[in-house]
Amino acid sequence: MRYLPLTDTDRGDMLAKIGAGSIDDLFVDVPEIARLDGPIRDLPMHASEMAVERHMKARANKNLAAGDAPFFLGAGAYRHHIPASVDTVIQRGEFLTAYTPYQPEIAQGTLQMLFEFQTQVARLYGCAVANASLYDGSTACWEAVAMAGRVTKRNRAVLSGALHPHYAQVVKTMAQFTGDTIADSAPAIQTEPDLDGLTARIDDETACVVVQYPDILGRISDLSKVADAAHAKGALLIVVNTEPVALGAIMSPGEMGADIVVGEGQSIGVGLQFGGPYLGLFAVRDPKHVRQMPGRLCGETTDAEGKRGFVLTLSTREQHIRREKATSNICTNSGLCALAFSVHMTLLGEKGMRELAAENHRLACLAADRLEKVPGVKLLNTSFFNEFTLMLDGKPAREIVRELADRGVLGGVSLGRLYPGIEALEHALLVAVTETTTEDDIETLANELERIVMEPAQ
Amino acid sequence: MPRYFTEEHEWIDVEGESATVGITDYAQEQLGDIVFVELPDVGAMLDKGGDAAVVESVKAASDVYAPITGEVTEGNASLEDEPALVNSSPEEEGWFFRMTISDRDELEGLMDDKAYKAFVDNL
Repeated sequence: MRYLPLTDTDRGDMLAKIGAGSIDDLFVDVPEIARLDGPIRDLPMHASEMAVERHMKARANKNLAAGDAPFFLGAGAYRHHIPASVDTVIQRGEFLTAYTPYQPEIAQGTLQMLFEFQTQVARLYGCAVANASLYDGSTACWEAVAMAGRVTKRNRAVLSGALHPHYAQVVKTMAQFTGDTIADSAPAIQTEPDLDGLTARIDDETACVVVQYPDILGRISDLSKVADAAHAKGALLIVVNTEPVALGAIMSPGEMGADIVVGEGQSIGVGLQFGGPYLGLFAVRDPKHVRQMPGRLCGETTDAEGKRGFVLTLSTREQHIRREKATSNICTNSGLCALAFSVHMTLLGEKGMRELAAENHRLACLAADRLEKVPGVKLLNTSFFNEFTLMLDGKPAREIVRELADRGVLGGVSLGRLYPGIEALEHALLVAVTETTTEDDIETLANELERIVMEPAQ
Repeated sequence: MPRYFTEEHEWIDVEGESATVGITDYAQEQLGDIVFVELPDVGAMLDKGGDAAVVESVKAASDVYAPITGEVTEGNASLEDEPALVNSSPEEEGWFFRMTISDRDELEGLMDDKAYKAFVDNL
C-alpha cells in the first residue's frame, strides 16, 4: 500500500471545502462516550521506522501460524493449498480495484467473473441460482433466515443444535432487530444427529429450518426427510455448509431438497488469513424465489449490436438501489474473495474438485483410525468428510488443545471453546484434516495426544 | 368516478366503498421500463403512507405507498406476467391493487387532477 501523508494545510483545505471547522466536527454523530479523548494508551506518539518494524516483528513472532505446525483446526475455517496462480490472477489491475466495480460499462471482466462464480456456486450447491457473493458464511446464514421470512411471511426460525454456534449467534443477534423468533439448542453428543427431534420442532408458524451439512461435529446426514417435513408445514429448509470441498464428495444440499443453501467459501481460494475477510455463498434451488434473494445477481445478455455482455440484472435489495431496505453486506473485498474462489475452482475443474475431496477424506480416515488407537480417545462419528469429533477422557479438551499447542501441534478446536459453559461438551475435540495434512503430522498429533492423555493428573 | 393523486405519484379511483390504486403516467415515465411489480397480499391491512407495493424498473426499485388506510381486496394479476402494462397503460390497465376505504376523510387531503398537474409542472 502506498503511504500518502497529509499536511496540516491539506487537512485544512479539505475541511474548509466541506464546511467543517475541525476533525471533531466530522464525528459529531458518534456519541461522545464512544470517542477516544487523547492519545491511545501505551502507544508512543513517535517511534523510528526501525523500532516499529522490530516491535511488530516481535509481536508477529508470537503467532503460531497454520503453516508452521501440524495443523488440525477447522470448525468453519479450513486450511487448504491455494495455487500461486490464484494470487497472481486476482492481483491483476483488471480485477484489483479500489472500489466495488458496479458499473457494467467499465467492468465487463468483473461482471463476467461474477457470472462464472455464480454458475460454480449454483452447481456446487445443486441449486438454480446463486448470487454474486455475500460478506461471509454466518451473515449469509442470517440473510437466508430473513429471506425465508419474506417468502413464507412467517418469522420463526428453527435452528439445528448442530449448526455452528457462531452462526446461530449471528442469526440471534440480527433477529433482535427484526423481531424474528429463533429457536436453537446445543448439539447432542451422539453418533447420529437427532433429525427426528429437529423435525418435531417444525410447526405451522415456522418460516425455516436451518441445518448444517456436514454439521458442527462433522456428521453427514441425508436431509431429504427434514426437507419433506419442512415443506409439509409450509416452511423452507436452509442448509449451511462451511466446507465447500466436501461437496466434491457428498450429495449437494439442493439435490436433497434444500430451498436455500448458504455457506462459507473460504476453503476454496481464500485462505485462513487469521479470520477474514471471508466469503459468503448463497443460492436458491427454485428460481421462483429469486426476487427475494439478497445481494446482487449478474446476468448474461447481448448488447444493441448483438455482442455478448454481462450486467447486474437483479440487485433490488442492494445498498446502491434501496439503501434503507438493504440488509446484505457486500464489500469490495467480498468481490475479490469471490474472484479468488472462482479462479481456484476453475483451476481445479470438476475432476480436480472430486480428487481434492477424495484426498481430504482419505487423509481424514487415516487420521481418525490412528487417533482412535490413542488410549482414552473415542471417535464419535460414524460418518464424516474431513472433520470429526473425538471424545477425550480425563482433562477437558480445551486444556489438551493448549498443551498440544505448547508442544508445537495445533491439535483441533475444543467444543468447550465453541460452547462455553456446557459441561457435556467439554471433553469433545473437533479435528480437521485436509490435503495439506501429512501422514507425519497425523503421527505427531497422535503421539503428543498419547503423551498428554497418559500423563497422570496433577 | 372521482380520481385523486398523491405527492408520491400514486393515483386512486374511488367507486363506492372501494378504491383502485396505481402509479401515474409521470411516475412510469420517470422510472423507465418496468420489469417487476410486487403487489400486497389480498387481506393485507394498509396504513395511509405505509409501504404497499414495490415497482422495479431497469433503473431502480421504488416503493409504492398506500394513499389511504384500508384492506387490500384484489391485486392486478396481469402485472405478474406483463409488468410493462404499467408503462403502456399506467392509469388504466396497469392498476396495482384495490382496497377498502376505512376513512373517507383521508381522501380530502389528496390532490385532484388539476392540482396534481400543477404539482408535476413544478417538479
